Order: sequence, then C-alpha cells, then structure tokens
Amino acid sequence: MNNQNYRIDWISVIIYFCLVSFGIANIYSSTYDENNTYLFNFNRPVGKQVLFFGVSLMSALFIIYSPTKFFERFSSLIYLIIILLLIGLFPFGSTISGARSWYVFGGVSLQPAEFAKIAVGLAVAKLLSEHQTNIKEFRSIGQVLFVILLPMLLILLQPDAGSVLVFGAFLFVLYREGLNHLYLYLIGGLIFLFILTLIAPIPFVYSALITFLIALFFISKKMNRKARFLPYFMVIFLSSAYVYSVDYIFNEIFEQRHRDRFNIVLGKEVDTQGIGYNLNQSKIAIGSGGWNGKGYLQGTQTKGGFVPEQHTDYIFSTVGEEWGFFGSALLVLLFTILILRILFRAEHQKNVFARVYAYSVASIFFIHFFINVGMSIGIVPTIGIPLPFISYGGSSLLAFTCLLFIYINLDAKRLNESNL
Amino acid sequence: MMRIGLLRGVTVIVAFLFLYKLLQLQVFNSNYRVLSENNAVLEIAKYPERGFIFDRNGRLMVSNQPAYDVMIIPENVSPFDTIAFCELVDISKKELTQNLIKARRYSKRLPSVVVNQISKETYAKLQEQMWKFEGFFIQKKSLREYRVPHASNVLGYVSEVNRNDLERDAYYNLGEIIGRQGVEKSYENKLRGVKGKSFLQKDRFNRIIGPYKEGLYDVTPVPSKDLYLTLDSDLQAYGEALMQNKRGGIVAIEPATGEVLALVNAPSYDPGLLVGRKRSSNYTKLANDTLSKPLFDRGLLAQYPPGSPFKTLNALIALQEGVISPDTKFTCNKGHYYARGAFMECHCSYGTRNDLYEAIHESCNTYFSITYRRIIEKYETPEEGVDQWKEHLKSFGLGNYLGYDLPIGRPGLVPGANYYNRAYPPGQWKAPTIISNAIGQGEILTTPIQLANFTAAIANRGYYYTPHFVKRIEGDSIQKNFTKKITSIDPKHFEVVIDGMEKVIQKGTARIARIPGIEVCGKTGTAENFTRIDGEVVQLTDHSIFVAFAPKENPKIAIAVFIENGYWGARWAAPIASLMIEDYLTGEVKRKWLENRMLEGSLTEEYLKPVSGKSFAINE
Repeated sequence: MNNQNYRIDWISVIIYFCLVSFGIANIYSSTYDENNTYLFNFNRPVGKQVLFFGVSLMSALFIIYSPTKFFERFSSLIYLIIILLLIGLFPFGSTISGARSWYVFGGVSLQPAEFAKIAVGLAVAKLLSEHQTNIKEFRSIGQVLFVILLPMLLILLQPDAGSVLVFGAFLFVLYREGLNHLYLYLIGGLIFLFILTLIAPIPFVYSALITFLIALFFISKKMNRKARFLPYFMVIFLSSAYVYSVDYIFNEIFEQRHRDRFNIVLGKEVDTQGIGYNLNQSKIAIGSGGWNGKGYLQGTQTKGGFVPEQHTDYIFSTVGEEWGFFGSALLVLLFTILILRILFRAEHQKNVFARVYAYSVASIFFIHFFINVGMSIGIVPTIGIPLPFISYGGSSLLAFTCLLFIYINLDAKRLNESNL
Repeated sequence: MMRIGLLRGVTVIVAFLFLYKLLQLQVFNSNYRVLSENNAVLEIAKYPERGFIFDRNGRLMVSNQPAYDVMIIPENVSPFDTIAFCELVDISKKELTQNLIKARRYSKRLPSVVVNQISKETYAKLQEQMWKFEGFFIQKKSLREYRVPHASNVLGYVSEVNRNDLERDAYYNLGEIIGRQGVEKSYENKLRGVKGKSFLQKDRFNRIIGPYKEGLYDVTPVPSKDLYLTLDSDLQAYGEALMQNKRGGIVAIEPATGEVLALVNAPSYDPGLLVGRKRSSNYTKLANDTLSKPLFDRGLLAQYPPGSPFKTLNALIALQEGVISPDTKFTCNKGHYYARGAFMECHCSYGTRNDLYEAIHESCNTYFSITYRRIIEKYETPEEGVDQWKEHLKSFGLGNYLGYDLPIGRPGLVPGANYYNRAYPPGQWKAPTIISNAIGQGEILTTPIQLANFTAAIANRGYYYTPHFVKRIEGDSIQKNFTKKITSIDPKHFEVVIDGMEKVIQKGTARIARIPGIEVCGKTGTAENFTRIDGEVVQLTDHSIFVAFAPKENPKIAIAVFIENGYWGARWAAPIASLMIEDYLTGEVKRKWLENRMLEGSLTEEYLKPVSGKSFAINE
C-alpha cells in the first residue's frame, strides 16, 4: 500500500464512511426505543447493523489487500458460486415476507441476490474485456445477455421483482461499451411509450405515435431520397402492438395492487389509507422536515412509526424528517458525487476489465439511489430495494461494501496497468 | 462522447430532479407539517377538579365523587369468565356481549367503555379480581356529589357541553362538563378553573408512547375555586320541608347585605337525581312534569300580581309625593265607588274611618284606592302621574331584572304611561281606569324575589343591596358589584309604614305570625288569579302571599312567601314565613303545633281541581 503506484480513491472511501455512519444514526432513530438505547445490542436492528459494519470493514480490508488480478481471474468462479447459491435457495432457502431469498444460519440471514450484483459485474467485465468479445456482434451480445439474465431469472423466481430491476443497470454498462444506439432508442422509446400509455388516453397515444413516425418518414425522405416506407411502417405496427399490449397487460393481467402503485405515482389516484399509505406517510415525514428538520431523534412520524419499513426501504423519510432539506440534499449530493467520481475515474482506466467493473458499480449505485429515493418522495412507483449503505440490512451493507471496495482495489492500480 | 456522457448526464438530471422535488415537499409546502402534527401529536386536556360549594356557614353542599367506568382494549382481551364478570358488575350477559361487539367495531386498539359508572363498592370488588380479566381496566372520572338533598334550584347542575356551547365558547371541547343551571352556571369560570394541556407522542396505531418533546409545550391547569354561598343550608332545608305538597316560593334576604338566605322553590327535587347512571331518565321525568314544574324556579321566574303587600309601597310613594300624611283619614263603607257605577269592595265595616296605620294593618282597599288616585292625579295628566309612580317603584327594583348572580330571572311588570297608551286610546284612561294597581291587583306583576327585595328595602328604611347568592370565592374576589341602591323615598317616611306592618302582626290580618319575643313586621296578601281551561278564562283559588321582616329594629331577615292557590295570606304564607323567621333568628321552632300544621298541610287537591275536567269551587 505504500507503493507509489497504489493510489486509493480516498474521497470515495470517506463518502463511504459518511454514508454508513449516517445510515446507522438513522436506523438508530427509526427503531429508537427508550428502554433500549444501547447501540451494541445485537438483538436490535441498529446493533446488527453495527455488527455487519464491522464485518464489512474486515471484508473491505481483505479486498484492498487482495492482489488485483485475483478478481479478474476468479470472476467466473465467483459467478458460478453465486448462481449455485441462487439455485440452492429453492431447496434450502428461507422465506421471509413472501420471497424465498434468504439463507438463515443461527440468527444471521444472508441474501444471495445482493451479492449477485457483484458477481454479474465481475462476469460482465471479464466477458467484455476478452479480445474475442465484440459487443457489435450478436453472438457476444447473446453471451453477455445470458450472463445477466440467468441470475435475473433465478431472482425473479424467488420472487423478488425489486432486485431483478436493479440488473437493468447493466444496460448503461453495455451501452458505454459500444452497444448499438438502436437498443438504447428502443428501450428509451419503450419506457416512454409505457408511461405515455398509462397516463394518456389510448386513442391519443395511437394517433400521436402514427403522426410522429409519418412526419419522421417525410423528413428523412426529404433529406435522403432513398428512405423507404416499409421500416417505418414496421415500427408503427410494432409500437402500436406494444402500446396495445401494455394497455392490455396493465388493465387485464396486472393485479389491482400493481396498477395502484403506478396510478398513485402518476397522480391518477389519491388513496392515503390503503395502498397509498406508505407513500403518503413517507411524504408527510419528509415534507414536515422543513429546511432544518425536526432534529435528530425528534421526528414525530419516525417516533410514532407511521412509515412502514422505515429503517429499511423508507429510511430516506427519516432523513427527510429529522435532517430537513439540508440533510436530504446533502445525502443526494454525496450519492451524486460518489457515482460521478466512479464514472470519471473509470474513463481514466486503461484496463478494460477495471473500467467495465467500475461502470457496473456506478450503474448499480445509480439504480438503487434513483429508485429508492424516488420512491420515498413519490417520483417512482413503490419498488422495495434498499438505499446503499443507509438502509438497514446486513447482506446489503456487506455486498455494497464489497462492490465498492473491489472497485477501489481495481482503481488504485490504474496508473500501473502494465503490472496487471 | 454520448456513450460516456449518458450515465453522467442522467445522474446529474436525477440529482436536480430530487433536489427540486425535496424543495417543493419540504420548503414550499407547509401542509405536510400540519399533517404530521395531526398524525403524531395528541393534545389532551388536564382538568382541575371542579370547585366545592359551601353554604354561608361553611357547610359543604357540593363536592366531587369518583365514578368508575370499566374499559377495554379489544385486542388485549383474552378469553375470560363472562358469568363471573357479569355477576361482579351486575350487567346481563347479553348487554356485555353487545358492548364487547360495539367496542371491537369502534376500534381494536383504542379503549371503549364496557360498563358505565360502577359504584364504589363494585369498584372495590372488581379491583381485587382485575387480574382475571386481561385487556380490561378501570377509568376514573369525576362526578358531582351533592351532600344535601335540597337547594337544587340554587346549586343548579352540570352536564356535557352541547353543540350550542361549542359554537358559543371555543374553550370547550366535546365531552366536557359545563355548569347548566344555578351557581354551577353563573360561576362556571370559577368552579371549573382553566384546563391545562399536555402533548403526547402517538404511534401509527394511535397509541400513546410518551410525552411529546418531554412535555416542553405542556400547559399546567389553573386550579378551580370553591364557592361560599349566601344560603343558610338549614334554613333552606326547613323552607323546602315546609313547602312540601304546596306550590310556590320563598325568598329570604339579609337586608343589611342583600345576601339571599334561602330561595325555596316548591315542588323541589333532590339535586343528586341529576348525577350518575340514572341522570337522563330522572331529568326527563322532571322536565316532563308540566303540572307541578319542579324545574321552574318560581322564586325567580314566576310573575304574580303582588296583592296587598304592594299597598306598603303605594303608602310610601303617597307620603313621598305628599298627597297624604300619616294622619290622613278616609272613610270606608265596605268599599267605595271609585267611579260612577264602579264599586271596589273592602272588608272594613260600614263607616270605618282609617288612618294610615289602620289602613295598613286592616289592609283597607278603599284607603289605598283613594291614595293611589291622589298620586296619579297630583300631576296634570295621568301619564305624568303614572310615570312618576313607576319611577318610585323602579327604585325598589320592580319592573326589571334585579341583577343577582343566578342565570335566570324575570323582570316582572310595572306599567307606565306607554303601557296604558297602548292598552287604551291615549287620553281615554285616567286614575280610576287603572285603580287596581292601588291594591297590587292590576297589571303590575312581580316575582317573589322582587317582593322579598322591596321588603328588605323597607326593613332598611330606604335602601337595598342587590340580592346575591355567593358570599365569597375562595382565593378570589367577587367581580360583580352588588352595590347599595337607594330608593327614591325619604327614610323618614318608612317608620309610619313599618309601624303599620308591625300592627299587622300584633292586631291585624296576620296575628298567626306572631313570634313571642320578636318584633315581626309584615303584610299579608291575597291575589286573585286566573287560568285558561279549554280556551275559557277561569278564576282559581287566590294566591296566599306574605312579606315580612324581623326584628323591627336592625332587621336580620326579610322574607317573601308565595303559595299558589293557598287562599288568603294568613292561611299559609304568613305561618310559613313566621316559622322561617323563628327558625333563622332563634335556631329552633317552639310553635310545634303551627309547624306540624304547615308540614302536614297539603294543597294537592286544590291543584288537581283545574285538571280534573270537572267544575269546581274556589276559595273554600
């Protein structure tokens, strides 16, 4: 570590410590019990989190001292182990709140899905850094997609839809590494049409779609006389079919609770007692914080336990209530800085493996950050995934720590690529 | 470049989006703060114990008693021995089951009442066995406890606030107690104190989990104050006993101070009836008794023609106006013609010549009729005369509310020129037209407390203090000013009238009211009265009236007694008044024969006459 060429990204490490300590403070507040104020009571959430913080720190040290080559070399093995662990859940796993996602031994429960993100990140980095892989070819795309989709499928079967969505992060990675623009347009277009279908009347969506594409056709016809109508027609046909099926699936196949989640975020429905209760209470908690917040351990929403799952998925509402706009904005900034920092440093990597991995880390953080905070303030439908380093959860803290520190390990040696 | 920039761009956009949304939620929208307070902070009121009420001698009349409600929190209830429970608190199994279902339907987590107001004895028994009934607990509340079975009309009662109270006074909240009648109402602010507040933190099940901000915003309640009434509890009780089976009122006042010693309404009721489990059925019974009207406080509300006692005032006014002197004599021929063809009867024998003393103790109608005529005709027009007369009466507190400290009252009526100009064509009425006023029998109406009050003014030789019911308030002063009011009659004129009133007892109409060793001054009255039966005006038996004060020098008590349909004044009113005076001044009643006659005497049959549906005879 004294090696001049080994430069640890101290800023990321400091942000990491800030986030985890802030997280523990907020878990302490969310689960505050006057009769039980001791921080290291391992029967209480905050004690467990502190314990896992210790374990995470040891793992982080272990990772930093590991040889950098180790991760590239053993990425396939790690991936294989994770896949086996995911499969092993079906016979051996325990069901907690409806999903068979956990291994429980002696009071400690672990969630392999959290670690699957690391494994997929390593595997994708490994695949893309190999010379024979070319992201422009269908065969390579197929390989990469298989690596990503296999754990997604296994997790979906648990079922844990929230964690599945996180793997969408790899789309950013693949795009960065040269995936055709068309895919991005396609997915962007699909998401746009999806939302449009839900908020706008269907006839309007159809007519807007057709008008837009026909206009596009005539514009390109003017610019390029060779443009043919058939592909445009195909696009019109397929996207209309897509809109129709979204509409159909949403109204006929989705259960009411799924529809409600979307409708509440889209503002089409107001329901503060039933399905909208969580979001409404979370917004009340955050909204009542004002500029400075109500003060640490002073949040009335938090003390009264009005926000369900407040120490896990809705931890941001505690931050909003007790630390106010300044606290929440600071948290948003810390995450933004961390993500941007990883992204910038990734571009300075000459090693493809390290770069792709760094990109995966940043993308995963981004998705978690976006969905979790977005859900707490009512921008994103309710999807239960943790806020990295902040939310209560041993597996999640340990997995995110490993995810980050593998990046730090790889990043530390970037100036010294020839040694790899 | 686009490939590298995409995620960076998206991250920055999301960061700004979040900051914008956070600003909007936290800073620019203040609704959420209110919502969170409604959500999580419970404000509960802390009530000071309601003040006690004592009589003038410090005897406790009203205090508070604990009442116990058996409550449950349905989700905490585990199976229990229902039969044992029902036996313990004395309710039926069916009732218990119904209440349990009702409680569960209301809320599983919030407390509900299962058994209302169990007795102290039941409470003691239940308390020992409480461990058998999980999820049950006993909530204490405070009710009024009446230590005396009388004076309900003065003490009044309390009840839960209603919608009107809530709209009128923002202090009150639903379910709170407010003084509804009597001193409970007029001294509500003193008796209740000022409630405090404490703020509690709730959780999402609405359960209380502790003080909010360690009680930083709590407000301590202001303690209530005890009242000392002017009533003499024993005298009040004696008055109510004397009045049983009669209808009417007694008002006794201490002339030197205006303190009301007794305010008896008959029929009366035990104030304890309006407390506890049976409150509402008892109240309904009292309110529905439209014949004897126990809730109608006759002493303050009943407006009767004052009858002969009113002659004393006319005498004083005539003396003040100088239209007669004590020696002026008029001849009575069993009455006299006050106008052509209009004869007013009198019980004097033919050819009697009365001076003022004799006129008062013999209650000569002729004398006062002529006197009254002289008062009215002293001025150029009857309008002026009658208004002058009215001014004198107003100075005795007639024709208006007296300003005492109970919430109800009636002004009575003193007719003036305006009144008669409305009743008759202007210029078409003269003194003979309104001559009945001379003997307290015309349009004039008074309440018993007004009678007692002018008697006190006569006893004081020319002034009175506003009558009142509260002597002092513990740790506070009485804000209302019960000041001295001076009448328009020169003090020197009173002795003549008082001498006449003394003769009434010594050798006049009220010899039955004589008390050995005490100089009593009084005046009897017998007032004609009418009612409507099936639309026809029917005359009923006369009201029996008596006003008195004693002793003659330095008087301690002035009293007015009014017995509905009691016939002549000396029959009921005078004996009752004299017994009251004797009891108050000597502390015991020696004339047991008279006392027994009054206690046992009943007018029930008399009161049944007009509602019997048969024809009946009066004044028999």
